[in-house]
Amino acid sequence: MSIATPVRELPGRSKVPFEVLEEKARFIRLETVRLTRIAGAGHYSAVFSCAELLAALYYRELRIDPREPAHPARDRFVLSKGHAAIGLYPVLADLGFYEPELLESFTRMGSPFGDHPDMKKIPGIDFSSGSLGHGLSVGAGMALATRLAGHSANVWVMTGDGELGEGQIWEAAMAAAHHRLGRLRVIVDANQLCIDGFTRDVMAVEPIDERFRAFGWDVHRIDGHDLPAILATFDALPSQDHGAPQCIIADTVKGRGVARMELSPDWHVGNLVGQDYDDVVAELEGGQG
Amino acid sequence: MSTQPLTGTGEQDWQDQSEVFNGTADTGLRDARSSDGNDTRQIPAFVFGEELADLAEEDPRIVVLTADLGRASRANDFRERHPERFFNTGIAEKNMITMAAGMASAGCVPFASTFASFAALLGAEQIRTDCAYPRMPVRVVGHHSGISLGFYGTSHHSLEDLGIMRTIADLTVVAATDANHLRAVLRAAVDHPGAMYIRLGRGRDPQVYETPPEVRFGRSLTVREGGDLTIISVGSTVHPALEAAARLGEHGIGVRVIDMYSIRPLDREAIERAARETGRILVVEEANLTNGLGTAVGEVLLELGLPGVRFRKHGVPDEHVPVGPPAALYAHYRLDAPGIEAVAKELL
Repeated sequence: MSIATPVRELPGRSKVPFEVLEEKARFIRLETVRLTRIAGAGHYSAVFSCAELLAALYYRELRIDPREPAHPARDRFVLSKGHAAIGLYPVLADLGFYEPELLESFTRMGSPFGDHPDMKKIPGIDFSSGSLGHGLSVGAGMALATRLAGHSANVWVMTGDGELGEGQIWEAAMAAAHHRLGRLRVIVDANQLCIDGFTRDVMAVEPIDERFRAFGWDVHRIDGHDLPAILATFDALPSQDHGAPQCIIADTVKGRGVARMELSPDWHVGNLVGQDYDDVVAELEGGQG
Repeated sequence: MSTQPLTGTGEQDWQDQSEVFNGTADTGLRDARSSDGNDTRQIPAFVFGEELADLAEEDPRIVVLTADLGRASRANDFRERHPERFFNTGIAEKNMITMAAGMASAGCVPFASTFASFAALLGAEQIRTDCAYPRMPVRVVGHHSGISLGFYGTSHHSLEDLGIMRTIADLTVVAATDANHLRAVLRAAVDHPGAMYIRLGRGRDPQVYETPPEVRFGRSLTVREGGDLTIISVGSTVHPALEAAARLGEHGIGVRVIDMYSIRPLDREAIERAARETGRILVVEEANLTNGLGTAVGEVLLELGLPGVRFRKHGVPDEHVPVGPPAALYAHYRLDAPGIEAVAKELL
């Protein structure tokens, strides 16, 4: 299947050391705090749980080209937990997909940057999201289509753990294993909380590992804030067109990096003002990652 | 508990609806709405897979999906010729539609098919959020629409699909009338920008077009001229509307029949012309009267504000349909030729 002709070769995977990735994770958290102030409300804590994962993906793992965002053979990333887009927008700007100044319009009237990402407005966003539970189906479709086209593209999907309550996730999980989509990789950002509280109290999603395994996936379970562990896991993933799809369960802490937000159900959406804003920025600048 | 039968017996086809699931219609039965014993090779569902397989010979982007209804829709005809581009998602319609959107984002033109009730109601959010909103060229094909599944009941009826689909921005909504029309719709759909919902009938709809007509989304086809009344119809009710028009013609009443196959965008010009030239508009559809084609046409007429235009919309009233074979239900709701003729006379 010849669908589109690439202009240039994709760059290889970068070898950015994890110390740099730690700085990028800090950058993601700080930018999330800064952009939320523009909007007056934002999803801090759902970004903080996946900051290391986003850094590892975008600065090291994904084969993408900001000069050719729609390269047909590129790796794909679907942010199924679309409410974490505020943490992804600064990364794409930092990588050169668009000018960082554009982010100043975040959520303002007519901005390309809403709370949930829009692929038709933002270069580098591979699919629009916002309604939870859809992204794994999108990724399965991408993996089928790129395999059909003969591209060796890896397709990554990031979901939350609360999101696994959506039945469509399991429809897609079944289909991915059935079609042996060996290049499909889901990262479950298991940050333990959904909006109304701990997932174990609201709707038990564990054992996530056994559940994906039962659906025919290879499962890896790691500390989602441990960058060396993340990189080692990514590096060890098999790259094969036909094989078991790969599930990486990243055990994380919702709100990680800001003490008051960690595992707090009060901070799914919030707004820092005045001294609180300055305190949180100082905490992030001084703290770990 | 009453066993008193409702109006309409539908003796012609009540015996066997098994072809719905096995995709064969060689039952020797005649459709109750057809007076000529139509050729079973000329029925829409049966050319669906074949036409797409032909198109796919030249176009590597075309893929076909079904959710365990490849026999019913004859999507399996596509599988026979392009097995590598055929995907059966099993009984998982939401996944099918969103997966098709993911494939479309990577360059495919997917035709994702299932019963209309499951496509448009179960999959409504996936159609809006994953297909229409990101303007993915997904063609969601809802077959066996309306009440064509007869006694399978409300769970299998799609009387709400037109109403739901026509309120979704950036979605083209089209209904196929017969086999030749379906071929034309599928051909025009391949390169049409953005997402589409394509509504098919039961797969037994009698022939209206001798050859594939020229289809342009946003336009309509006038299939009979007349100056006293216009029947605007779509899909499965075009043929009985034509029959009704012919009967009225025998009594000297000139009835124009418009096949308004493009429900969204709508051919406003044809509606205005019909209103000005015939003064009476009857919309006939196999759909709930709330927010279907009749409502869409009525909105146009209200905005035009032409004096003296008489308007009526005719379809299934706002209720859940009783048990019955399709032909009996069409008779009950006056959606067969005699019924449409009677309703038209009331408007005249």
